[in-house]
Amino acid sequence: MSASTTSGTGRHADAAVREPVLEIKNLSVDYGFGQDPTHVLRQVSLTLNRGEVLGLAGESGCGKSTLAYAATRLLPPPGLITGGEVVLTDRSGERRDILTMSDAQLRASRWQDVAIVFQGAMNSLNPVFRIGRQIADAIAAHTPGIRKKQALDRAAELLDMVGISPDRLSAFPHQLSGGMRQRVMIAMALALEPQVLIMDEPTTALDVVMQRQIVEQIAELRERLGFSVVFITHDVSLLIEIADRIAIMYAGEIVEDAAAQDVYRRPRHPYSRGLLRSFPPLRGPRRELTGIAGSPPDLRLLPTGCTFTPRCGFSTPECSRIHPELGPTAFAGAEPDRRVACILHGDVGTLPPELAER
Amino acid sequence: MTADVTVLQDDPDDAPDESVDETAATKAGHRFLFLRNTKAMIGFGILVFFGILAVIGPFIAPYDPSAVSRDILQPPSAAHWLGTTHTGQDVLSQIIIGTRGVLVVGLIAGLGATVVGVLVGVTAGYLGGVGDEVLSGLSNIFLVIPQLPLIIIIAGQVPSAGGVTVALVIAATGWAWGARVLRAQTLSLRRRDFVEAARASGESTPRIIVAEILPNLTAIIAAGFVGTVIFAVLSQVTLAFIGVTPVSDWNWGTVLFWAQNQLALQRGAWWWFVPAGLCIALLGMGLTLINFGIDEFINPRLRSTGLHARSLRKRRIRPRIGFTPVVRTAETTPVHRPPAEEQPAEPRPAEQNAIEEIRR
Repeated sequence: MSASTTSGTGRHADAAVREPVLEIKNLSVDYGFGQDPTHVLRQVSLTLNRGEVLGLAGESGCGKSTLAYAATRLLPPPGLITGGEVVLTDRSGERRDILTMSDAQLRASRWQDVAIVFQGAMNSLNPVFRIGRQIADAIAAHTPGIRKKQALDRAAELLDMVGISPDRLSAFPHQLSGGMRQRVMIAMALALEPQVLIMDEPTTALDVVMQRQIVEQIAELRERLGFSVVFITHDVSLLIEIADRIAIMYAGEIVEDAAAQDVYRRPRHPYSRGLLRSFPPLRGPRRELTGIAGSPPDLRLLPTGCTFTPRCGFSTPECSRIHPELGPTAFAGAEPDRRVACILHGDVGTLPPELAER
Repeated sequence: MTADVTVLQDDPDDAPDESVDETAATKAGHRFLFLRNTKAMIGFGILVFFGILAVIGPFIAPYDPSAVSRDILQPPSAAHWLGTTHTGQDVLSQIIIGTRGVLVVGLIAGLGATVVGVLVGVTAGYLGGVGDEVLSGLSNIFLVIPQLPLIIIIAGQVPSAGGVTVALVIAATGWAWGARVLRAQTLSLRRRDFVEAARASGESTPRIIVAEILPNLTAIIAAGFVGTVIFAVLSQVTLAFIGVTPVSDWNWGTVLFWAQNQLALQRGAWWWFVPAGLCIALLGMGLTLINFGIDEFINPRLRSTGLHARSLRKRRIRPRIGFTPVVRTAETTPVHRPPAEEQPAEPRPAEQNAIEEIRR
């Protein structure tokens, strides 16, 4: 294995000791309870390892949030999970399928095992209660018998952790800025020391300075507390900064899954390459920004074969016939951890040089 | 009678949501989507039945409802399907003829109260300030006035209070609740961005109210209309029953008035008052079911689930927020999968070459 391919994988822990904490296997999701539902996720598989930051990227409507919410069973009606498994591995090594949990089990497991920071979560704070009480509420609900004083102390600790002075415990939500409120939500999500933190565009509504502060805070907390993060965003450049691994989604499927730096420097899927080409690099030679022509397909009327074919610059007649599976790249031996869904990787000889960068 | 349907046709909600429903539905099916709800269908069926009865009643009634005969206080028989009264009048004919009076009063009163309620409520909510204070004060006064005594007093004062007079009196006293609800909703709507944008781009106040705000209120107006019709029907029947309105105008309340007056219950003449009571209950149920239908229609979440409630139960799907149902179906197989031979599980020969290249 060449040194260059491992450069991005092991920013955090040793890449060799990979212990999966959340395994999504063949997850399928429909929207609509009627006769003709829309298949928005089709057999998606993804593994989140302990202590890892996994980025989910892709255009709007490609299923990033759907994947995260389906895996936690938070998808509102008319969402329907039609198949698959979501296996959560406890710290003790016990494995449980979230999709078969009863309501009570699910309620007990949420927040404790998997916590979510929603998109625009800062609006979820109740404006008439002090934030300290709101954080303490969540702690009290999951820790029977805890004293109010203890819960508030813990809330102060949490606020301190996300960089807010503990004396703001008695502040009302309207007295905090948007970024502070967002950090309060992150503190709340971490209140019960979950193993997995899902962040659905946690910084989209914030300015870049705040974005940076929050992202750095998450990275630091992750180092300290050792939880895993699923980070959903449109902002691929942000992901490259924060994520260990990136999964690129397109039309309800994962098309590429690789270490962040690998995706950035050597995209293997035409769609990943298009995404990366749609924002300018800070360093390096100037290049023309191309973007991706067209828009994502209507999930009700998916093209046969590869769903990206109509917008793909490298498509062959085969592409519109054969639906690619997520599998090893053309350089499977050299990069065993990478997966890509593109039939061009079936043959190194015909692989366009743009997708074969080393 | 179809007023509630026509109002709903213009609901902006019903066009873009087609994806939720079966493709089998026709365009007309989408247009009258709320009618595909079982509850609304039943309610609408009941209303249509009484509507037809009201129109053709005088032609199909077997006897003159006021005609006296020798068959005094007869139980139901082939000659008199619902029996006769103490003067030998045919109860069935009285009920059939009485339907028109009930429906006309109900609809006129409902329409009148809705119009007044919309005018007062929307204006008060949109204008704010002194206008709002005055109009809200007015509707608050009408809310605290005990309605039935007021109706009795007014109806008693008006000489020869016919159906239309009664309807107008009911409308004049029954608009305040609708106005209050509409005012509250308008207050919330006028602060929304699309209304502020319309104001900022210089649209006139009447246009904003008619084109921007009213379409958002159609569902509430329709539900309020149906509710007022129920209230009007019950009020009118009550007035007739206690004998405030002329007892010679046939409606279901008049039938009950005579039955009560002549001690039908004590004489065991159940056929005299039970049918009229059932008709009132049935009409009330029909209107209420329509109201439920409108409710489910205006809430898209309720709608998509309400439409398929039975089939969902059969498939053991219970749609709830926060607990996504999991149903492992046979049709999970994706839309398209490549042929089996196209899924290489083993590293391909080409890769082996590449690996060797790298090693070198």
